[in-house]
Amino acid sequence: MNKNQEKIYTILIGGQAGDGAREAGVNLARLFCKLGYYVFASMEYPSLIRGGHNFCRVSFSKEKIFSDYRELDAIIALNQETADLHKNELKKTGVIFFDNNINSIIGKSGQLISLPITSYTKELSAPPLARTAVALGAFCRYYDLPLLKLNEVFTDIFGSKAQINIDLAQKGFDYLQDKNFGQTKFPKTDKKIKRQIIDGNAATGEGMVAAGMKNYIAYPMTPATSVLHHLAKQAPKYGLKVTQAESEVAVINMVLGSAYSGVRTATGTSGGGFALMTEALSMAGIAEIPTVVVESQRPGPSTGVPTRTAQGDLQFVRQILGEFPRIVLAPGDQQEAYEIGGKAMNLAWQYQLPVMVALDKHLSESLANADFSKIKIKPEKIKTSKCGKNYQRYAFGADGVSPLCFPGTKDTIVKVNSYEHSEDGLITESAEMTQKMFDKRFAKLKNLEKEINSFKGVRIYGDKKSKNVVVFWGSTKGAVLEAIKYVKKPVKAVQVLAIEPLPIKSLLDAYKGAKKIIDIELNHTGQLAQVIAEKTGLKIKNKILKYDTFAFEPIELAKKIDKIL
Amino acid sequence: MNIDLNTKAKNTWCPGCTNFMILTAFKNALSELITEGKIKKDNIVVGAGIGCHGKIADYVGTNSIISLHGRVVPTMTGVKLGNPNLTAIAFSGDGDSYAEGIEHLVHAAKRNSDIKLFVHNNQVFGLTTGQVTPTSNRGYKGKSTPQGSVEEPINPQMVMLASGATFIARVYTGDLPFMTQIMKKAILHKGFAHLEIIQPCISFNDTRDYFKERVYNLEENSPKNDLQWAMQKVQEKERIPLGIFYEVEKPVFEEQL
Repeated sequence: MNKNQEKIYTILIGGQAGDGAREAGVNLARLFCKLGYYVFASMEYPSLIRGGHNFCRVSFSKEKIFSDYRELDAIIALNQETADLHKNELKKTGVIFFDNNINSIIGKSGQLISLPITSYTKELSAPPLARTAVALGAFCRYYDLPLLKLNEVFTDIFGSKAQINIDLAQKGFDYLQDKNFGQTKFPKTDKKIKRQIIDGNAATGEGMVAAGMKNYIAYPMTPATSVLHHLAKQAPKYGLKVTQAESEVAVINMVLGSAYSGVRTATGTSGGGFALMTEALSMAGIAEIPTVVVESQRPGPSTGVPTRTAQGDLQFVRQILGEFPRIVLAPGDQQEAYEIGGKAMNLAWQYQLPVMVALDKHLSESLANADFSKIKIKPEKIKTSKCGKNYQRYAFGADGVSPLCFPGTKDTIVKVNSYEHSEDGLITESAEMTQKMFDKRFAKLKNLEKEINSFKGVRIYGDKKSKNVVVFWGSTKGAVLEAIKYVKKPVKAVQVLAIEPLPIKSLLDAYKGAKKIIDIELNHTGQLAQVIAEKTGLKIKNKILKYDTFAFEPIELAKKIDKIL
Repeated sequence: MNIDLNTKAKNTWCPGCTNFMILTAFKNALSELITEGKIKKDNIVVGAGIGCHGKIADYVGTNSIISLHGRVVPTMTGVKLGNPNLTAIAFSGDGDSYAEGIEHLVHAAKRNSDIKLFVHNNQVFGLTTGQVTPTSNRGYKGKSTPQGSVEEPINPQMVMLASGATFIARVYTGDLPFMTQIMKKAILHKGFAHLEIIQPCISFNDTRDYFKERVYNLEENSPKNDLQWAMQKVQEKERIPLGIFYEVEKPVFEEQL
């Protein structure tokens, strides 16, 4: 680890489902963000409504961080289980804040901070969900953080209902004040810096909106559901229509109909829902209908482990029925999720084909800093022509992209078809025409491959001259960028963001002179390595694969990389 | 006024297929409605599923989208979500809509999506050369049921009434002027319209004689908003009533978003 590197702190807040641990964790992340730190917050929860063990883990630092860490500086335990499950992860100096109605927490002296969380909540007749405010108030006192900033967070989130949270936080703060606890302090920051935090799903949604999306149609499925929630909430602000349909099959066919009518449209789902969508995505291929699908992966096969993370669908999302060009993009963090959300929508409409955005639960639901002002997204121009009597939807042209007109245009007939068709959109069974149409669709790849390189479908981090290369995709970026801070040898980290079409030249350039290449993925078979082998002939022998439903942890990953290097 | 609704497509239906009657009635209906200024030709979108019926999209000179088997209803909901000004008329078959895609009918009717669904009901899969469908009679002998089907047929009109469709009607291909007239009414209805078109398949299920003897037209002034009456009427079997069973106004889904 570099001596100049800023320290990273981690707080875990946990309770049973319904305790509000996740919301409190998010508020804690917002507080650190307001105080000028960089944060990363991950969520863990089982697939149930009440009970179970939920937690939010918030890491923060004075420098940009891409992942949360396992080693904890503090635990806020809303129930016994949280303390039991996580106390071994505490640093030597770590402390546990807990509700004093839990009487069986065992810990070293000076480590335990008992708080009258439930009794204060009852005393102020506050709703049970608000009780985490007591803990956050006490937390502020212990670490000498300004309570005013926490109150700002409450006001931002709860608006006119913030007061009860503010009052509870004050009680928690005063409680430790009176107890005369010693204060531990985090390093000071430049508080003028204003940053936002956002999760990957919301960021992707925002990106698509910035690129002109006006219809979002979906069926709920973890972990893609919060795209639907976020957009439904923002819909009036953006003039967006958000529709929940009866099934993923209905959803994707509605998306196709909506796009045919001329409106930028997208959907989001996870692997099972995506499986149901593939027939219609194949239609998007032959009918050349611009389509965007966000596929947030969770561990499969089948129902799998719904609320956890994995990268097991890479091969699946690129292999839709039939031969036609399609795009698969995989952002690695919240900032890229915004960028790629926009890019996906624009590419779908510029090239008239389906675009899949592969996320995973760890990216979809984790919160991190993002600065959208650094990325310019606008609805890029689409190819159109003089609509009217002679219009042909599938007119041939050099680049394979036919001009778009939409139904409702004067004297214009727009015929689209899931059957193979002629230029006018009418069914054909002609061998010659069928072959021509294949060539037309695949002609798009020429410009598309250039385009993929222009926005850097392969991105390089770390020591760019190093002969030790790690290659990865998607949310694994976070743990990799953190891990290489601790790896003993210098490492060049290569992110593959464009899976289809794969930017072969950039990838081969990145490998040039490499002595050792390690593939790092959250799946059982090393699917990115398979794609690279298929497209470049290059076989990666060293693999670090994990499929235990949790994301990589930076320190753990660093040790695994060290072992291979 | 003569509205040109022809296309260059070569018609591939069997010679003498009753689909030709549907095509003629539909073109007449569109032509009259356009001439009367009630709809705009540029705004018409004809949707179709997959099956013999689906080819109709190729034979009508308007905007069209041939969707997937069973999926024309959500496709057209999408079209209306994108542009509520369009006139969305979806063609489907009994295999297409009552087998593969029946979930969508129930939900489109429930939300009163502004789609006119015209179902060619020939009680058989034609394009796949003769298998049983959800409306085939018990005992139907097709290539997949050589001993005769052991299932009772569903009554699609009952399903639609139960699901909340706001326009429910039935016509028979043997009566061109009446079919044209009901098609026009369905197209002008605001909300989800379900029009069952009894369409004997001359190759795999020739029911022309059966229906010719049994069909009769409902009286002009029969009730339009009486659910109980409609449920009774659509279940008549000895004689088969044609016309509008049910017609009410309810808020349209796409206009409330």
